[in-house]
This record gives sequence, C-alpha cells and structure tokens, in this order.
Amino acid sequence: MTVAPERTRATIYEGTRIPRPIPTVLQVSDEIAATGDVLPINFGPNHPSTHGVLRLIVDLYGEDVVGLEAVIGYLHTGFEKNMEQKSWWKAITYPERIDYLSFQANELVFVLAIEKLLALETPPKANWMRTCLCELNRIHSHLVWLGTAALELGAISMFWYCFREREQILDLFEMVCGTRMHTRYFQAGGLAEDIPRGFFPEARRFATWMPKAVDEYEGLVDKNKIWLERTVGLGLLSAEDAIALGQSGPVLRGSGVDWDLRRVEPYLAYGDCDFRVPVHHEGDVYARYRVHMEEMRESVKIVSQCLDRLEGMEGEPWIADDRKVVLPPREELHTSMESLIHHFKIVTEGYCVPEGEVYVTVESPRGELGCYVVSDGGPRPWRVKFRAPSFVALEATATCMSDALVADMIAIVGSLDTVMGEVDR
Amino acid sequence: MSWAGVPGVTAVEEAHGETTLVVEPGSLVEACTHLRDAEGFNFLSDIATADYLGWGGKGVSGYIGTASGRDLNLPMTQGLQLTAKPKARRFSVSYHLLSVSETPRRLRVQTWVDDGEPVPTVIEVWPTADWHEREAWDMMGIPVEGHPNLKRILTDDDWEGHPLRKDYPIGGEPVRFSEAE
Repeated sequence: MTVAPERTRATIYEGTRIPRPIPTVLQVSDEIAATGDVLPINFGPNHPSTHGVLRLIVDLYGEDVVGLEAVIGYLHTGFEKNMEQKSWWKAITYPERIDYLSFQANELVFVLAIEKLLALETPPKANWMRTCLCELNRIHSHLVWLGTAALELGAISMFWYCFREREQILDLFEMVCGTRMHTRYFQAGGLAEDIPRGFFPEARRFATWMPKAVDEYEGLVDKNKIWLERTVGLGLLSAEDAIALGQSGPVLRGSGVDWDLRRVEPYLAYGDCDFRVPVHHEGDVYARYRVHMEEMRESVKIVSQCLDRLEGMEGEPWIADDRKVVLPPREELHTSMESLIHHFKIVTEGYCVPEGEVYVTVESPRGELGCYVVSDGGPRPWRVKFRAPSFVALEATATCMSDALVADMIAIVGSLDTVMGEVDR
Repeated sequence: MSWAGVPGVTAVEEAHGETTLVVEPGSLVEACTHLRDAEGFNFLSDIATADYLGWGGKGVSGYIGTASGRDLNLPMTQGLQLTAKPKARRFSVSYHLLSVSETPRRLRVQTWVDDGEPVPTVIEVWPTADWHEREAWDMMGIPVEGHPNLKRILTDDDWEGHPLRKDYPIGGEPVRFSEAE
C-alpha cells in the first residue's frame, strides 16, 4: 500500500480563485503588464501533451503563468447535428465516438434516455452486464489517462504497463461485442447479444490480476521523487470552486467533495453493489491521481460482484420483450412473418419514441455525463445535447493555473483528464 | 414540492419524473439566484438549447405525421398519427440544475425566446455557465445578454450561421479555398 508523501508545497486554499469577470480566462494583472516583460506564447493545438487538439494561449512572466485562455473547437465534428438525421436505432453509434475512451458510458447514457422516453424496462441480466462493462470501461479509461499523463511527465515505462492491461480489457470487449472499441453492445431494451460463454473465466482472470497491476503502477510512481515533485501541491482547486465551476468525477472528488452519481443517484445495478467512493481533500494533481488509482481498485470490486451475479443468470433474457422496439431473434426470421415485418420496420423506418424531453445523467470515468434528448414522437431524435464532463473540466484550467509555472501546465491540464473528442463534440 | 416562492415562474411541468420550471427570460437571473440560495441548487449541470422551427410540420428531421394527417406517398409516414404539441416560441433554453448536498435533487429551468431575442447571462450565479452560454450562442445563435466574453467557441471566429438550427443544412459549411476565390 502507499505511504502518503510529505507535503511541502502549496496546500489547498480557502475561498475562491475563479478569475473575474470571465471565469475561464486568466487575465494578466495591470501590475505585471506594466513591467513590459510578459511573453505571450501559443501552446497547441498540435502538441503531444495536449491530449488531442487543445490550444492554450499563455502569458508568461519569467516562468510564471500569469495569463491563460483555453481555445477549443478544433475537433468539432457535429455529432449532435448528425444524430438528428438518424433513426434512434442508428444514432446509438454516435455517442460512443464522442468520448472515444469511455465509449460504453456514452452509449449507455443515450440508451437510458431512449428507454426513459419509451418507459421501457430492462431485464436484470442486461443491467448487471451493463454495469460490468461500464466498470471495465472505467478502468480502461483510467489506464489510458494514467499512461499518457505519466508519459507527459517523463515516466515512459508507465505507458507500457498501462497499455498491457488495457489490451486485456479490449480483448474482453472484443469477446463480448465483436469490436474492441465503439462496441455498440447496448440496445434500447437491453443488450444486443447474449454474453458469450468464455467471457466469465477470462473476466475473472482479469479481475484477479488487475489489483496486482495497480500495485505495480503505484510501485512505479507513488514514491518516485520526480512524480511527487511534479504533482503534489499543483493545480489547486478548492471544493467551493470545483462546485461553482461545475466540476465532476475525479476532479471534484480530488477536491474533497464526496459525490458520485453511482451512489447518490444509483442507476443500473449500482444500488446493489458494494463499493467505496474515494475522496481526497488536497485538491491538487496528486489527489486526482490518487482518486483515479483507487477508483480502479473499486471498479475491479464491482466487476467481480457483477460476475458473481451474472454467472447465476444463465438462460435469462438479456433484452426486453417488446417487439415494437427490440429486434426479433435472428432464427425467428426464417419461420415467422410477424418477426420479419418487425425486423424490417425497425431496421428501415426505426421505432418511434413518444414526444417529450428528458435529461439523463451517469457517472462516466470523467464525471457527470448528461444527455438531453427531445423527441417529437417520430423515429428520429429532434434534438440531442450532451453534457460532456471534459468540456466543463477545461473551464477550470484558468483557476487551477493561477499560480503555476509553465512546466506545471502539462501536469495540470493532464490531471483534468479531458478527451478532446468529447470537449468539441 | 412547491415552487411558489420562485420569482417569475409561469408554469410547472412534471414529465418522466423530471420537473420543469418555465420562466420568462426577464426574470431568469432572479429565479436562478433564488434557486441557488434558497433551494440549494448549487451546481449547474448543463445549458441545453433546442430549435423548434418546423416542429409538427413535415419534411423536417424526425417527424412523420403532419398537421393535416398522414401523407402516404412520402417515405416514413406510416407510423404516427398524432402531431406534436405546438410550442410558444422558436427556441428553448434549458438550465439543468443539481443540488450537490445530502439530498440530491435535479430541476430543469426552461425559458423560451424567438429568433434574435436575448437571454440574460447566469455567470454571476454559476461561473460554469460561461462556456455553456458561448456554446448556445455559437451553435444555436441565442444572444446572451451581459456575457463578458461572448464569442464563438466550437466553430471558427468568422463562421457564418449557427449549425444546430433546423434551417442550417447538413453539409452547409462554406467551402474554403475553392477555385472560385
């Protein structure tokens, strides 16, 4: 286990540091501007350390960051506009590509929104399997975060270790869904296919191995002098500011707010799972790193509990029995005309979803992921809007960077765990 | 739960287990401040906009019934015979609030505007509104009054039009560096 490091650097502040009047732009103070020594530099959008295509316009005074503005939009692909043109059934593929590291969570939130409008009940097996895959996906996402964040700070070996376990998770996804990423395994009503037989032993093996792997990661960096120097006491964000800036997920929990939608608003099978919500009160990069590490351990626990339950559900239905929404079983198409008609209608026209608007939220690996959906009663969504946790996380850069050095900028932006695909949508 | 104390509420709607307070744009800031301070909604989750141009008509994305009934000669017109309820104005702006506390609650505050009508900024209530409001301006063309930094966020600074409006076509982006230039 880990030993808490000695904290010699800045500690979390009281009150607020959100810049005014623009909360997301750190402006150079008149005093510093008067020296004439301020150097504006452009960082990104094409830079290996920006986790994609983030551009920061930074004003430097010596090595101090005295002004900062984040510029986004370089990866805007119009997902929301595109989804309005597709039937509900086909639009499910889009959210997965918005956040390409936590595809299951994004797919889930949209499917949950459809089910809420349809008032469609999902069978327990589907709920447990969705929970299981979402937690595997959380570990996957945290591994990529840890690997790349450490890589940026010079710990290159961490990257190889993390991607070793990431491969195992992707192999599990491949076994269940047929694809490694962007699985499109969740359907409105449940799952697309039954769970394959070989999944349980493989998933068990992974769940046994993963805690040891986390031990290894902690062995690599937790007492590493360079890692501690570059993470402890940096990128401070108080609990008050984190809530005011709409932060969620590991950033919020790293600032000492005990808040996890899996526990406060349980969805899927989380209400029946036993897990702890890691909270750290230091509000710095190191606290966010610790939250990520402990969440991986907790996710493994949830995966094990899901496997326990799922193994006893052999033969149970994995999708709701509503032929107006759910595709009929493949083998029925050869013998039943009704099934053939339903299949044809769902695939071509798509199913209609009753008129209404809903806002559904889940705890994605990056925090509160929301989906606002408006239906006019037709077979295509009228409007889909995603509340991307990464988009909101980047709003906190100006506050976190208020006493940073230019070299710390990378560590701080990295610790906010952003995926630019989700920021720009 | 009574929302009688919230200033400027014109309607309270319950649907799908969600509560919507409809507020006039003029009293939005007052209502939000009250909800934050007196009701504990300290967390702004999202600002979502929607364009209802062509809502309930035909030939618009997602709609298959028409006001006069079904047109069987058009594709995708077989399934639905109801028409959607008409909306008072063109755009809705929905503020999804959350109370981060011992008693978590969610609430939608909704305000309606026509093309070109502004909504007031809520940055002073929740600083996180900054980028959400810029997105509402950029994508849907809803002017936000009093925003200190209202410029485009996801598209280029010199972009023309607002892509998520219903009258903005798919593939409607200007072609740059074409031979004609």
